[in-house]
Amino acid sequence: MIDLLPYLKELISAPGISGYEVGVRPIIEKAWQPLTDQQKVSRLGSLHGLQHGTAPEPRPSILVAAHMDAIGLMVNAIVDGFLRVTTIGGIDLRVLPGQMVTVHGRQDLPGMIVPTPARLLPSRLPSGIVPLEYLLVDVGLLPQDVGELVRVGDPVSFAQPPLETGGETLVGHTLDDRAGVVALTYCLEILRSRPHAWDLWAVATVQEETSYGGAQTSAFQLHPSICISIDVTFGSEPSSPGYLTFPLGKGPTLGLGPVVHPFLYKTLKQLAERLEIPVSVEPTPRSSATDSDAMVSIAEGIPNAVIGIPLRYMHTPIEMIALKDITRTGRLVAEFIAQLDGTFIDKMTWDD
Amino acid sequence: MVQLADEFIHFDIGDEQVRLLERLSNACAVSGDEAEVRKIVISEIKSYVDDIKVDALGNVLATRNGSREPRLRVMLAAHMDEVGLMLTHDNGDGIYRFEVVGGISASDLAGKAVLIGREHIPGVIGIKPIHLLHGNDHRKPIDIDDLHIDVGTVTGKEKVGDRATFATQFIRLGPSLRGKALDNRLGVATLIELVKHATDNFDLLAAFTVQEEISARGARVAAFTFNPDLAVALDSTPAYDLPDWEADENVRYNTHLGAGPAIYIADSSTLSDPKLIRYMIQVAEENHIPYQLRQPGGGGTDAGVIHKQREGIPSISISVPGRYHHTSASIVRLSDWQHTFKLVMIALAQLSTDVLSAES
Repeated sequence: MIDLLPYLKELISAPGISGYEVGVRPIIEKAWQPLTDQQKVSRLGSLHGLQHGTAPEPRPSILVAAHMDAIGLMVNAIVDGFLRVTTIGGIDLRVLPGQMVTVHGRQDLPGMIVPTPARLLPSRLPSGIVPLEYLLVDVGLLPQDVGELVRVGDPVSFAQPPLETGGETLVGHTLDDRAGVVALTYCLEILRSRPHAWDLWAVATVQEETSYGGAQTSAFQLHPSICISIDVTFGSEPSSPGYLTFPLGKGPTLGLGPVVHPFLYKTLKQLAERLEIPVSVEPTPRSSATDSDAMVSIAEGIPNAVIGIPLRYMHTPIEMIALKDITRTGRLVAEFIAQLDGTFIDKMTWDD
Repeated sequence: MVQLADEFIHFDIGDEQVRLLERLSNACAVSGDEAEVRKIVISEIKSYVDDIKVDALGNVLATRNGSREPRLRVMLAAHMDEVGLMLTHDNGDGIYRFEVVGGISASDLAGKAVLIGREHIPGVIGIKPIHLLHGNDHRKPIDIDDLHIDVGTVTGKEKVGDRATFATQFIRLGPSLRGKALDNRLGVATLIELVKHATDNFDLLAAFTVQEEISARGARVAAFTFNPDLAVALDSTPAYDLPDWEADENVRYNTHLGAGPAIYIADSSTLSDPKLIRYMIQVAEENHIPYQLRQPGGGGTDAGVIHKQREGIPSISISVPGRYHHTSASIVRLSDWQHTFKLVMIALAQLSTDVLSAES
């Protein structure tokens, strides 16, 4: 058995902003090595791990996606030994000043996003949020050394170390969606010793935070009969409205909306009830903001389901997640795959 | 001129002192609860001093007597406290309201990890995810009343009244050092070394003070107790030596990293004693120690209350420049700390009663 907490901490400590997932992929490859029959890396860098099913060929297959990329920053200019940066993915400027980062230059350099003194900002700016163009990163080195070690285009990752918080929760950056990768790994582990009829493609996708480009191309290449996205969703806490959020430690969410096939939703919900895995319904009235938004319209169209792990303070370096929700998610997906049989595709109809 | 003692000519701030600074920086000592730093200070200096006590407010007051005559009684003050937070209300489910102790802005708190109480219980100050904001909300300043500390779903180890600090861990960055509370653990570390290496031509009255960040109550009573001939506040002052987005040239830098110790002439609470300013500059120049004059202006140190104590005490402040004080971390240059130590060490070793009798 993989010890999930150290594995998750290792994953969130590895770099891998969108497009530069090469920093985290080897850790997933190593974990999946004994759990899969075959591993391949897609042209865009997504990791495909295959667990063969037991049904006679040609077998149907299911693709389960969790994205391995992280939001982050990128150097776009060097000014007097300080680095100017741009954003990769949905970065919240309100939390940037004073954050610790790692600049991936010729060597990894610890840096800090400058909490810009108001006196140095243009006086016309409204007080409060420092616009991106005035944000700098300070790596503490002399300007000539910065010039030698850092180039425009170098990726920058958050460096907030993981923190174990109360009630078996974990704090860190990039729990979105390395927690999903751990849930998927746990699912692979359960199914390793559990016969299942369908082929299972576990996919750690790239570039979810920027374009869904990884999921889109892997779903086309692998052409599965069903896709499931495991991603994070909004955890309840005092600063977010309760009607849009889900409690930590009370189980995953099942997405319900246009990108989710109603039969898959219904099957997962009934399965969760039978297994006594607590779940919440997450209405996603337009799109799901997960890899499924891309995978649903690949080729002839693919039925999708979306499972969310509640996470507080999304897209900040101090995301918080409950470990129990990760294992429940992995178990629910594993049980779902274990019950897929030769008749499932025929049963997957529209209840009109 | 007094013969320079070998011990301070050969001694320099090195790896051992950086490790001490690391321990001091990682310790949590918000104004009013300086225990963690006090403990380190006492264990470091107790075998070097003639007298040591903790006074009514929590200051560590230590005396190391000189032996030559005549000699001055010199108070050196370094504040142990740091800006931070206090838990003020338990909302249940691991959520606490807090208030700020000292000058920290809400924008520096949002999205940061904190450590709570003596056991350093981890928590976070989260904000509403950007995905759930409406319209222009992401451009609006953070309101401190909307922030809370979240320690996870349950723990029970923290309680209302506990202090919290940024969870930043100290690190060395090439020629620089980065850590929280370097304002003023740098001063504390400098004073510890000055106590250890003091020469015998003066009485060293070391005040490791409390509550500097919230009105300098500690220094006020420490100066009364010591009743010194002169005082030097050892602190760390902001370096705003960044690009100025408003002007072609940054003329509001306060101090620069790498330019040596900052000698105070005037801040908002003190006009430094001109004789002491002149003496410090003379020592720096004669010994080829780089120094800078802190831009006269705002800010303040323990000297603000010390110079007005009793009948008046000639005072000056010397600071190591540091970027980003009162946020999650400061960045300072090791060489500035080394030069600060050297300047004060030699100034003390060469100190005679003439310094105060010189015509202003």
